[in-house]
Amino acid sequence: MSEPLVKVRDLKIGATVYPPGEKPHDIEIVHGVSFELAPGKVLGLIGESGAGKSTIGLASMAYGRGGVKITGGEVWVNGRDILKSNLGDVRSLRGGEVTYVSQSAAASFNPAKQIMDQVTEASIRHGKFSKKDAEARAVELFRKLGLPDPENIGTRYPHQVSGGQLQRCMTALALCPEPDLVVFDEPTTALDVTTQIDVLMAIKEAIRDTGVAALYITHDLAVVAQVSDDILVLKMGDMVEYGSVDQIINDPQEDYTKALVSVRSIDHQEKVATSEPVLKVEHITARYKGTNFDVLHDVNVELHPGQTLAVVGESGSGKSTLARVITGLLPPRGGNVHFAGRDLSAALGGRSREDLRELQMIYQMADVAMNPRQTVGTIIGRPLEFYFGLKGAEKQKRILELLEEIEMGEGFIDRYPAELSGGQKQRVCIARALAAKPKLIICDEVTSALDPLVADGILKLLLDLQKVEDVAYLFITHDLATVKAIADSIAVMYQGKVVRYGGKTDVLSPPFDDYTDLLLSSVPEMKLGWLEEVIANRKMESAGN
Amino acid sequence: MSLLIKLLAQRIALGLVLLFMVSVLIFAGTMILPGDVAQSILGQSATPEALANMRRDLGLNDPPLQRYFSWLGGFLQGDLGTALTSGQDIAESLGKRLGNTLFLAFWAAIISVPLAITLGLIAVRYRERWPDKMISAVTLASISVPEFLIAYIAIFFVSVRLRWAPSVTTIHDGMSLGEKLHTISLPVAVLTLVVLAHMMRMTRAAILNVMQSAYIETAELKGLRMFNIIWKHAFPNSVAPIVNVVMLNMAYLVVGVVVIEVVFTYPGMGQYLVDHVSKRDIPVVQACGLIFAAVYIGLNMIADIVSILANPRLRHPK
Repeated sequence: MSEPLVKVRDLKIGATVYPPGEKPHDIEIVHGVSFELAPGKVLGLIGESGAGKSTIGLASMAYGRGGVKITGGEVWVNGRDILKSNLGDVRSLRGGEVTYVSQSAAASFNPAKQIMDQVTEASIRHGKFSKKDAEARAVELFRKLGLPDPENIGTRYPHQVSGGQLQRCMTALALCPEPDLVVFDEPTTALDVTTQIDVLMAIKEAIRDTGVAALYITHDLAVVAQVSDDILVLKMGDMVEYGSVDQIINDPQEDYTKALVSVRSIDHQEKVATSEPVLKVEHITARYKGTNFDVLHDVNVELHPGQTLAVVGESGSGKSTLARVITGLLPPRGGNVHFAGRDLSAALGGRSREDLRELQMIYQMADVAMNPRQTVGTIIGRPLEFYFGLKGAEKQKRILELLEEIEMGEGFIDRYPAELSGGQKQRVCIARALAAKPKLIICDEVTSALDPLVADGILKLLLDLQKVEDVAYLFITHDLATVKAIADSIAVMYQGKVVRYGGKTDVLSPPFDDYTDLLLSSVPEMKLGWLEEVIANRKMESAGN
Repeated sequence: MSLLIKLLAQRIALGLVLLFMVSVLIFAGTMILPGDVAQSILGQSATPEALANMRRDLGLNDPPLQRYFSWLGGFLQGDLGTALTSGQDIAESLGKRLGNTLFLAFWAAIISVPLAITLGLIAVRYRERWPDKMISAVTLASISVPEFLIAYIAIFFVSVRLRWAPSVTTIHDGMSLGEKLHTISLPVAVLTLVVLAHMMRMTRAAILNVMQSAYIETAELKGLRMFNIIWKHAFPNSVAPIVNVVMLNMAYLVVGVVVIEVVFTYPGMGQYLVDHVSKRDIPVVQACGLIFAAVYIGLNMIADIVSILANPRLRHPK
């Protein structure tokens, strides 16, 4: 083995935290991490949020985000400890020797500048290439990464290309200065599952062809298994397990790694419909104000009491628009919504308080769906007052019952949302929806922002509550693993139409239509060589490309 | 492209409508002012007959609507009427005054706008460190002191003690540009101090807001120098709020300099307006009001147009 490119020894990273009601103080978020990376190799850093993956990735560029400070250890890159280097040397390292690909290319590109200027900026600034050579190299990278019209795409502005394309441009930006190491920080997490696979393949080929080394940061073990040589598993800033990709996937030693490898422990049997449907969506066609095209075309679905209908599709397929129509936020152009034995008024203003009570929603972003200045007790108590007029001890008793139901104790009643973890916040939102005793809850990507193990807990809770409360769920998601875990029936949406609809077993059994096949085959599997296999067998392209 | 043109056309049309409404307001406002022009021209001892004749000659007996449209029509053709008190053509005397006011405003803007933006950039570069705090302290102190006080202090030290610049700033056509600039150096300096803080603080705030963006982190991770990041990546994205506050201050330099003009006895529009308000010379007051309104609305319209043009999503649609 050659001399390692990157050598990290006992890296310790701290941050200043500002907890509400307490004095700011310093905490340690990475507790002594060590690893090595040889030239041209890929190391996957994996863990849940808060594991310190991104922080470690940025430390390899001697960078700390916000109040993050590197407090100890050594980071050797190209034979020198960059933590002891002066500012000028660190500057030539960043963007020259080590480059960075962030999770959200859309936010990481300057909206006011052309893509080409941004892709070539670091190469020119560090004197690696002349402007002309840098641009020629950028075009070559655009071509290699499979971008359309590689000669001219650089003259566009970031908002003029799609999310998947922008993520490829960001990869080109990182590869343009011929760095020795690229830090990929969740580069495909924000993309649709069908788009992710193409970007993943483009990144993998680019790494192979340029011989660059990479740190690949992700929470998705199945993704990292496709691109890495070695994997480092992190938990709460500690190293859990460090080994070859083959060993981690096929022979994990630590319990935590085993849990990550075998996540999705839910085995949910499809329920058969017994009574009249609680929700019937009939011939819904809808468009947004000021546009001239329909985002929903003749959508028909049914949902039975106590069951779960999963609406699945990529972004832009109309899933969330369907939810907006059902809740009355977007009156449809045609069709009607039949709910609990009555026709619902198309517009929100025409609905009775009973309509509102029986139809509740849970959102993807739990933290923005709650008032940060209200306590958990106030948040859950509000629907109790509003719909049932509960007050005082009676209300308090019911709040405690609900907290019990979401497996959180009475100790949480006086806490503020900022003091809760992501999973706990989502549980409070579930309790708030349940407080209204609804017949139907629309769950819009409720687990998408959560780590896999936490998401698993939320799904289990939702299923348990369904049994007790006999509530129906309309579950909107792009994640097929979630669908498999909880659905009774499934509607697959594509460009505003329902392309496949039926019971879970039927929808997920062959023969498939082309789109469902693409969607199903794009879900990363925890298997080496899966990516190449899938790319070779595809029948159609994603609309997001 | 069509969306951009539509937005611009809407904004310009809105500006014109606004200006028309302001003209109605000015006319109506001066109508309900107490006092009588004929009386103030002829004095307390005038006979009722003389007053009646005077009113008829001045057209004060016509119905208001007719007077409004003949006034507006004349205005659009450059005929601002004659001053009641002096009988002089308003357009002529006002034109010279307006030229002087714009001259002063122009030089104050030429100095204060680049200075404010540069200080804002420096404040961002060294934020929360001593250069930032010093810039903020000095500019905020200068805006907190009333402008006439700064003016008198400046006159006392610079004109009286040091004898560097004149305290009476009368300019006329016979002077060369250099002489004129020397003459107005004190009012320009005072005006710069007055408008600096607002523009500098807004520049600082707008850029700091953008500095939180992910693309600034990208730029940092490209190994760029801090000043480069601020100038090339942050500034272009904070142009809209900065232009807005710059234009507001430029408008102030034109329409709000009455106090400075009086202190330095500068022959600008502000002084002209104040003189004629006290003489109840309504045509002059109306003309000045409408010109001030046009400058104010025009500059804010430019600010809005620049903001629209600065948005890459509108300039380069999908």
